[in-house]
Amino acid sequence: TVAAIGLPVGLANATPEDTMAKIKEFAGDKEPQTGGKLTLNTPEIAENGNSVPVGVSVESAMEGDDMVEEIMILAEGNPNPDVVTFKFSELSGEAIAETRMRLAKTQDVVAVARMTNGDIHMAKAPVKVTIGGCGG
Amino acid sequence: MASKPRVKLPKSASAGEIITIKTLISHEMESGQRKDKNGEVIPRQIINKFTVTFNDKTVFEADIEPAISSNPYFEFAVKVPESGTFKFTWVDDDGSVYETEEAIEVA
Repeated sequence: TVAAIGLPVGLANATPEDTMAKIKEFAGDKEPQTGGKLTLNTPEIAENGNSVPVGVSVESAMEGDDMVEEIMILAEGNPNPDVVTFKFSELSGEAIAETRMRLAKTQDVVAVARMTNGDIHMAKAPVKVTIGGCGG
Repeated sequence: MASKPRVKLPKSASAGEIITIKTLISHEMESGQRKDKNGEVIPRQIINKFTVTFNDKTVFEADIEPAISSNPYFEFAVKVPESGTFKFTWVDDDGSVYETEEAIEVA
């Protein structure tokens, strides 16, 4: 991972360690729970890495202590693991969001959610990419 | 750089109903990872922030990274308590701001 520092853009890829560091930053002292409260929807196979649908949702009341503040999506094998962070409110009604992302190659996608009570929920899904995104 | 954004939501809802909003804006989302034909890195230029307010209250936000596809698409839910106006704002790396508004009627 040391080798990634200082390389010109386009050569280095993120590593699972970079992703773990991002999750730790997001989660603080809390241990992420992987009990399935957070749902991460991705295709098993993406024929076009330039546009891969990704959806996240968390079952919650969306008020008081039982509310989702943020959901962060990371892609372990991209040049940078960051993809997007969604921020919700009481007017969200439901913690659900969907977008389209670039995946440079076959890799694991990770979603992490932070609740108002501080709980962290995590989900991971492998996506097989047959044509890469981020390419030049 | 970006063309007029497109937003899809119902014209009316009942009080407290959770609606789905879909948005799309045309934008290259130049990742900063690509090179031109001379081998020079093409500088990053993306939409880095998307914000939705309802009657001036923030209801949904996205912090966007270069890994979001060109023509960024977002779908999300909003609980509509009353009649009002949604305002959608996209912020470009170059400082440009793209905005659109949609009204919704609560019977």
